[in-house]
Amino acid sequence: MTVAATSNSPPTTPGGQGGVRLARSRRNAELSLLLLAMVLVAAYGAMVEASVLDTVTPSFWVPAAALSAVFLGLHVAIRFLAPFADPALLPSVALLNGLGVGFLHRLDLARATPAERAELATFAGIGGRQLAWTLISVALAAGLLAVVRDHRSISRYAYTLGLAGIVLVMIPAVLPPSISEINGAKLWIRVGGLSIQPGEFAKLALLAFFAYYLVRKREVLSLASRRFLGVDFPRGRDLGPVVVVWLISLLVLVFEKDLGTSLLYFGMFVATLYIATERVSWLLIGLVLFFGGAYLAYVLGELIGGPFANFYLRANIWLDPFADPYNDGYQLVQGLLALGSGGMFGAGPGAGQPLKLPEVQNDFIFAGLGEEIGLFGLSALLVVYLLIVERGLRAALAVHDSFGKLLAGGLAFTLGLQVFVIVGGISGLIPLTGQTTPFLSAGGSSLMANWLLIAILLRVSDAARRPVAGGGASSTRPPGGPPEQLHGAPTEVIRP
Amino acid sequence: MPELVVTVARFGFLILLWIFVFTVVGVIRRDLFAGARSGRLVAAPRGVGAVLGQGGKPARVKRGKAARQLVVTAGQLAGTRITLGEAQITIGRAEDSTLVITDDYASARHARLVPRDGQWFVEDLGSTNGTYLDRAKVTGPTPVPLGVPIRIGRTSLELRP
Repeated sequence: MTVAATSNSPPTTPGGQGGVRLARSRRNAELSLLLLAMVLVAAYGAMVEASVLDTVTPSFWVPAAALSAVFLGLHVAIRFLAPFADPALLPSVALLNGLGVGFLHRLDLARATPAERAELATFAGIGGRQLAWTLISVALAAGLLAVVRDHRSISRYAYTLGLAGIVLVMIPAVLPPSISEINGAKLWIRVGGLSIQPGEFAKLALLAFFAYYLVRKREVLSLASRRFLGVDFPRGRDLGPVVVVWLISLLVLVFEKDLGTSLLYFGMFVATLYIATERVSWLLIGLVLFFGGAYLAYVLGELIGGPFANFYLRANIWLDPFADPYNDGYQLVQGLLALGSGGMFGAGPGAGQPLKLPEVQNDFIFAGLGEEIGLFGLSALLVVYLLIVERGLRAALAVHDSFGKLLAGGLAFTLGLQVFVIVGGISGLIPLTGQTTPFLSAGGSSLMANWLLIAILLRVSDAARRPVAGGGASSTRPPGGPPEQLHGAPTEVIRP
Repeated sequence: MPELVVTVARFGFLILLWIFVFTVVGVIRRDLFAGARSGRLVAAPRGVGAVLGQGGKPARVKRGKAARQLVVTAGQLAGTRITLGEAQITIGRAEDSTLVITDDYASARHARLVPRDGQWFVEDLGSTNGTYLDRAKVTGPTPVPLGVPIRIGRTSLELRP
C-alpha cells in the first residue's frame, strides 16, 4: 500500500512535503471549479446581450473578467492563508455572486433606452454597483482571512461582538424614520446616497457571541436541568444572558417592522442551542414558540394592528394572493406569474420581463431569474446553496473544538434559513418577509456580510481539514526522544 | 441572432449549470472518500523513503500498515476522524485537547496518544475512570495495535491504516 501510494504522489517534489500537501489541500480542484463558474457567468452575460440587444457586443466579457480577477485573487489568498480550506465553497459562492451581477446588469440593459445601452459603463447602474460591491466584499473576506488566522481567536472578543451586535441591531430602531425607513421597514442607516443595513453584520457578531457563550455553558446546560412536562429545561440563570440578547434583538425587530430578520435571529438562536446541547427538545420548543408567536402576531394584528398590522397583511396575502391581485397581492402574484411563465426551462436569459416585478433587484430576484432560467435552472441554484450549507455543516462536524463547531454550524444554518425564508416567501410556501437572497440580491451590506460569513466558514474548514501533524518542529524531533509536553500540543488554550 | 443559436445557447447554459453542480458534488465526493486512502497525503516523509523505512523498521513490516487515522467508533463523537501526523493527540474534556470529548465519564485531561518510531502509544494521564485498551486497563505507555478499541468513558477510539 505504501509503495502504491508513493507512486501517486507528484514525483517532481523529492522532499514530498510541498507537492503532497497541495494534493491534499485540493486548491487545484477549487481553481478549476472557479474557472467553470466564471465560464458560466460569461456565457450568461453573452446570452443576455444576445436576447436584449439582439447582438453580442465585443465587451460582453468585461464584467465576467472583472469578477474572475477578483475571485482568482481570493483563491490565491486562500492558497496562502487557508491552504486546507474547503474547495467547494469559493466556486459555488462565486457562481451565485456572478449570476447575481449578470442579472442586475440585465436589468440595467432592459431599463436603458437603446441609445443609452451602448455607453453603459462597467460600473454604472445597479449591476455595476453590485460589481463594485463584490470587489469590496471579496477584499474584505480576504482581509478577514488574513487577520483571523485561527477561528478560536474570535472567541476572545465574544462579549465585545455580542455588544456590537445588539448596538448594530438597535441603531436603525432609534434613528428617525427619515434616515432609517425604506418601504416600511426600519432597517437601514442612510447617509447621503449610501444605505447600510447593520442587521446583516449584527447576524455574524451575535452568532459569534452565542457560540462562545454556549460553549462555556454547555456542560451546565446539558447536565444541570429541571425536568418539566417530560422535557429537560436548563436553569434560568444559565440561559439568562442568551435569552436577554435574543429578546432584545426580537423586540427591536418588532419596532423595525421586519419579521424576516427576526425569524432569522430566532432560528439562529434555536439552531445554535440545539447544536450545543444536542437535545431535540429545543427544536420542539423553538417550533412551538415560533408558530405560537406567529399565530399570536396574526391575531394581534387583526385586533389591534399597530406593529403587527404589517404581518397580518402579509399573512393574508400569503393565504390568498389572488384576493387583491392589483394592490396588496400585486408583488407576490407577479412573482408567481413570473415563475409560472418560466416553466420548466425558462424563457432564456434576457428573454423574460423582470421589470414587471416590483423589487426585482432585491427580494424578488429569484422570481426574476426563475422566469428566465426556469425550474431546471432554479433548482440548480438551490442545489448550489444546499452544497454551500452542507460544506459549512461538514466543516462544523469535522473541526475539533466546540467553538468552531457552533460557529460554523450556526453560520451555515443561518445562510440556509435565509434562503428558505426568501425563496419560501416568493414561491408562496410561507408568508413573504423581506430578506435579501444571499449573494444574488443587489445590496452592499448583504453581500459584504455574506462574504464575511463565507470567510469564517473557509477559516473553520481550513482548521478542520488541516492534518494534525505538528509541522516541521515535531518531525525533526529525534526518534525515540521524549514526547512533547502536554501543552506543547498544536492546540492553544483560549481562556480570556 | 438566429433563433436556433439562442435556443441551443439557452439549453446549453442550463446543462452547463448542472454540470457545474455535479462537478462540485464530484469534488465533495472525492473529498469524502479521500480519508480512506489519505495515508499517502500525510505520511509523506515516510512514504518517500518507503523501501528504506520498511527495511529499517521490522515492527512495521510485521504489521504491514502504519496507523494513519484515529477514528471514534462509539460515543457522542462517533464518526469523527483525525488524520494522524507526527504530533501527539491529547484526549479529554478540556477545550485545548486535540480531541475534545463531551463524555460525563471522561476527565479534563484523560489520555494521550504518542507516536514513537511509527508506533502509537496510549498513555493515561491520571484520569478518574481510567483508559482501557480493549479490556485491559492502561497503566503505563502501551503500544496500540490497529483496530483495537481504546475505551474512554462511553467513547471508543480505534487506529486505522
